Amino acid sequence: MTSQRLSYLSAILEAQKEEMERDPSVIMMGEDIALYSATGVLGKLDNKRLWSTPISELGFTGMGVGAAMTGLRPIVDLTIASFAYLASDQIINQAAKVRYLTGGQARVPIVFRMSMWHNQANAAQHSDRPYPMFMNVPGLKIIAPSGARDMKGMLKAAIRDDDPVLVFEDNDLWMKSEDVPSDPDFLVPLGKAAVKREGRDVTIVSIAGCILHTLPAAEQLAGEGIEAEVIDLRSLAPLDTDSILASVAKTGRLVIVDYAHRTNSAAAEIAAIVAEEAFDALKAPIQRVTTPDVHIPFSPKLERPLYPNKDKVVAAVKKIIK
Amino acid sequence: MTLSKDQQREAYRRMLSIRSFEQAAARQIDNGEIPGAVHSSIGQEAAIVGACMALRDTDYITGTHRSHGHPIGKGAKLPPLMAELMGRTTGICKGRGGSMHLADSSVGIIGESAIVGGGIPIATGAGLSAHVRGTDQVSLCFFGDGATNEGSFHESLNMAAIWKLPVIYFCENNLYAATTPLRSSHGQPDVAHRAAGYGMPGVIVDGQDLEAVHAATGAAVARARRGEGPTLIEAKTYRFDEHAIGLFLPSIYRSSEEVDRYKRERDPLALYRQALLAAGHGEAELAALEQSVSRQVDEAVEFARNSPHPDPAEVYEFMYSNPINYPRAERQSS
Repeated sequence: MTSQRLSYLSAILEAQKEEMERDPSVIMMGEDIALYSATGVLGKLDNKRLWSTPISELGFTGMGVGAAMTGLRPIVDLTIASFAYLASDQIINQAAKVRYLTGGQARVPIVFRMSMWHNQANAAQHSDRPYPMFMNVPGLKIIAPSGARDMKGMLKAAIRDDDPVLVFEDNDLWMKSEDVPSDPDFLVPLGKAAVKREGRDVTIVSIAGCILHTLPAAEQLAGEGIEAEVIDLRSLAPLDTDSILASVAKTGRLVIVDYAHRTNSAAAEIAAIVAEEAFDALKAPIQRVTTPDVHIPFSPKLERPLYPNKDKVVAAVKKIIK
Repeated sequence: MTLSKDQQREAYRRMLSIRSFEQAAARQIDNGEIPGAVHSSIGQEAAIVGACMALRDTDYITGTHRSHGHPIGKGAKLPPLMAELMGRTTGICKGRGGSMHLADSSVGIIGESAIVGGGIPIATGAGLSAHVRGTDQVSLCFFGDGATNEGSFHESLNMAAIWKLPVIYFCENNLYAATTPLRSSHGQPDVAHRAAGYGMPGVIVDGQDLEAVHAATGAAVARARRGEGPTLIEAKTYRFDEHAIGLFLPSIYRSSEEVDRYKRERDPLALYRQALLAAGHGEAELAALEQSVSRQVDEAVEFARNSPHPDPAEVYEFMYSNPINYPRAERQSS
């Protein structure tokens, strides 16, 4: 299979371009979309496929839902993840619920894209990582790929899926490149985690850009004789509980690395599931490496220390491997 | 644009169906057969049916928490609607939606939203979809006067106007957003005037006059099909029942004189009956129609009563079109 070197960002653009060329029912909507997020698509399609909207997040998100219910497959770009709060009524009360509320009469094939711009000195209103809030809503599928290959394959799978899918894009990853299969039908199925590194001593579950810290941490630990198994979660809803439990059964130890705020984080849910279902396999308490429950400050000197990093991951592992 | 004799009979039949269906629902709340909140459209039948009769079967509508009138107005069959109110598995939404979400997709309903203003962007998206797919479908959005103070209303009308989408924004202005009077929540009394701010026509119509509503909606539909864009129609109407049937109200927000006056002078069914007689329909013909509707509603109630309740083991059904590892019921039930 031939492949090409793509950045995470260009994988997003390639996935959209290929799916729009393949399926005339795929449209894109969002603010400033013609300039930014549809690069490479513009010029090849008729002007009914790209909708550069006014600044009306609630309105255009709901329009995407209505379009999805009537025969189209919209990709709604909410740009910064915090803007999804403005659209949350349409995401939560409509997109997630209408199929259920109508007893299966409705179908909502829609993709919501949103990027997480933490670590960029943008302060509290542009730096959220809000995936756990949406994990509390049944009816949504939620992905957070950590590399170009998964991003392209999963975004394409999301566009082809008949249910609403939220795509959380980690801005820290945008310029990272990987070899990505060129086959336009290359898909990575939703709902499955990936084992990025095998190990016997501890399981590290990593979410989105946390992979930038967990893999180097695992490298460093290996140098000290500790073999960490790194699971890249990729899919937050549904959560690939089986992969996590299988790994914990092998290693007996669990560290979860999650950019979200600590309370009710994805890490909290994973910790609860493992405590409920694999308590007997645990040789040590579960550790969470998360962002504390404080707003993201502007000053980089204040912001940077808040997030998970390699040293915090290493320290968490060492705490449970004496 | 006037209705043919057959269309007039059909319009009267649908209005009667809404009223009779909701009167039956009120009785069943009293005898404990319907759980949850029920909001009736009695008093607003001419606005609903007049608008729906201007649409084709393939046109889309979205509605509100006051959701019984819209499917009946669009021609839905009554038994699955009544079964839904009674929470049965034969209900139009399989017992997942209930009184506030009586959406019947077979007549073009893409959602009855119980979030005020929630359906307005959805209807706008259906209009966008028709435009993208190159069909001549239109999308009609029902909402109340309360919804016109939601952001979703303003954002949707703006986008529909700039892109000339085939959408009809149809406000059932019954003067009260739950218990808040329009005069204390709007800077001026006419919702339709807001259309000017978006560059679309705003039309005020007597919502108790079926043929006037039908004519105004028909003109908006024709304009939308010609590609000339959206219209905001404000039907001045009135709700005869409380916001929700059986609602406990600690104080009075509208006078009983006002309610009585509307019931006596502005009842859309009585007004239309007179109009039909004047148009040459016979008394015997109308009486037969009234009996037939009454019988159909009784049959719908019997159908619902004889239908099974849903099986709790099926509660996860209809969550996803394409389920992945779901449900993990064995994990979630503990």
